[in-house]
Amino acid sequence: MARTRRTRARRRLSNLVMQVVMYAAAAIATLPLLAILAYLLIKGASAVSPTFFTSMPQPVGEAGGGMANAIVGTLILLGIASVVGLPVGIGAGLYLAERRSAPLASTVRFLADVLNGLPSIVMGIFAWELLVRPVGHFSALAGGIALGAMMIPMVTRTTEEMVRLVPVSLYEAALALGYTRWRTSLTIVLRTAMGGIVTGALVAVARIAGETAPLLFTAFGNQFWSTSLREPIAALPLQVFTYAISPYDEWHAQAWAGALVLVGLVLVISAIARLATRKRPGGGD
Amino acid sequence: MAALRAEPRLGDRAYDVTTTAMALVIPALLVTILVAIGIAGWPALRQFGVGFLTSSDWDPVNGRFGAAPAIFGTIVTSAIALVVATPLALGVAIFLSEFSPAWLRQPVAFTVDLLAAIPSVIYGLWGIFVLVPMLREWLMPFLRDTLHLGSTPFFSGPAYGPSMLAAGLILAIMILPYISAVTREVLLAVPRSQREAALALGATRWETIRDAVLPFARSGIIGGVILGLGRALGETMAVTMLIGNRHEISLSLLAPGYTMASLIANEFSEATGDLHLSALMAVGFVLLLLTILVNALARWLVRRTAAGVR
Repeated sequence: MARTRRTRARRRLSNLVMQVVMYAAAAIATLPLLAILAYLLIKGASAVSPTFFTSMPQPVGEAGGGMANAIVGTLILLGIASVVGLPVGIGAGLYLAERRSAPLASTVRFLADVLNGLPSIVMGIFAWELLVRPVGHFSALAGGIALGAMMIPMVTRTTEEMVRLVPVSLYEAALALGYTRWRTSLTIVLRTAMGGIVTGALVAVARIAGETAPLLFTAFGNQFWSTSLREPIAALPLQVFTYAISPYDEWHAQAWAGALVLVGLVLVISAIARLATRKRPGGGD
Repeated sequence: MAALRAEPRLGDRAYDVTTTAMALVIPALLVTILVAIGIAGWPALRQFGVGFLTSSDWDPVNGRFGAAPAIFGTIVTSAIALVVATPLALGVAIFLSEFSPAWLRQPVAFTVDLLAAIPSVIYGLWGIFVLVPMLREWLMPFLRDTLHLGSTPFFSGPAYGPSMLAAGLILAIMILPYISAVTREVLLAVPRSQREAALALGATRWETIRDAVLPFARSGIIGGVILGLGRALGETMAVTMLIGNRHEISLSLLAPGYTMASLIANEFSEATGDLHLSALMAVGFVLLLLTILVNALARWLVRRTAAGVR
């Protein structure tokens, strides 16, 4: 009897201990994010001013200056990436959702996941080999395409998931009314799933917005104002990188400011993405 | 849906061809990447053969290239990341799916997910100005001197700051959300009946998790960990900024090193000559093959669990 009681006490204790361990793990895991956000706010906020968004980078030794060119550059790169990545991703996603378990669909789905896990630096040297080496100079176009290629598998998988949520009855109803398949897919199915697809697209854009490695040898960065797609172009993450590894205090401050703006951009896009999912496909919740 | 198909119309044909073509872009892209980087790296691979993977002689001036230090550094930093991140990620996932009070679940899940949204370069920035000084002033002397680990080769030598340890720790923070997201998904897929049966037998909550939930989710969890490994192997910017970039194999975690990804990032734009460039491409090719292998394995494991649970 006493032994049973001891066992029970020990089991209770181990239950309690493990519970505490799990709480501790959750606390430790959330700590780095809070630390990073705190540093970004403290160090970045003092360097961000309205002129940060409107003026150009200053040479070493001169305080102030901004990253107007890098902010515009990042927006241009994201634009190119979306033009490249969205149509292909959405088309492939429709294909996967409609063919579900066809052998080709399973293969493509698997390869999309593999592609999604490729190191971004690999995408960078690939884009360099195909788009920079032959023409002999870095370009915004090469950087945007590299980012767009990274978007394809992400957009494909979210589009597939969202289209799959559209009730089959809706599809069948449209066909029964005499709609052709392609019109049903493009007007009924796609429109119903649009909220989710927009969310997926925005999440993908948010993820590539901070990518640096694919741009190192493609967009390359630019200290001057350029919006030409054929020229090297500045980008926020590249600028943060260059300034962070430089030995100058003024540039370090600019790096924190750029980092704060970049994280702000990523979070704003993510927040908009969350709002878009409020409208779930098929009405309902 | 096949049964519903009417006679093929031009519009339907065009639609099918277009979506199929877009789906085929994905395999085509993967093959093109492999072929392009493989061809670009071939001159170096042919010239150095197996020695490319085993030699530590990386000498652009004299045209000798061996990637062993970078491969070694990649493995060491990824190992540190996994050792640190896995228990924490499992803890968070188990906390969220089994222990957390309802009001805490959303905020904690959101915070951990947010970690995955922070760009790599920002981790690097934070690492340079916060993590590395902290390691140099506090953790490294603590490990080496206070705990006397300096007498082992793994924690000996001077503590500069930028090191394999710094890179491994930043990687741990970066892959944690990936591992915990997959683990959480797998845990949520474990049927309720599994838990209820154990609880009905009088098991405590922890015993239920240990004996009824975790075994069920095991291969999915392993898949999640391997997925995290895949991220760690190829992570570039943060590692480049923190690892110290040195071509040398050192057993000490306090020493600077190189990873395959950071080697490419650091030397590519200043490559001296075609062979140097080809050697960097070859490093990229090795990294590419490694990550494809690791990712395929992870997806297979995760999918197998999900299928088994369903």
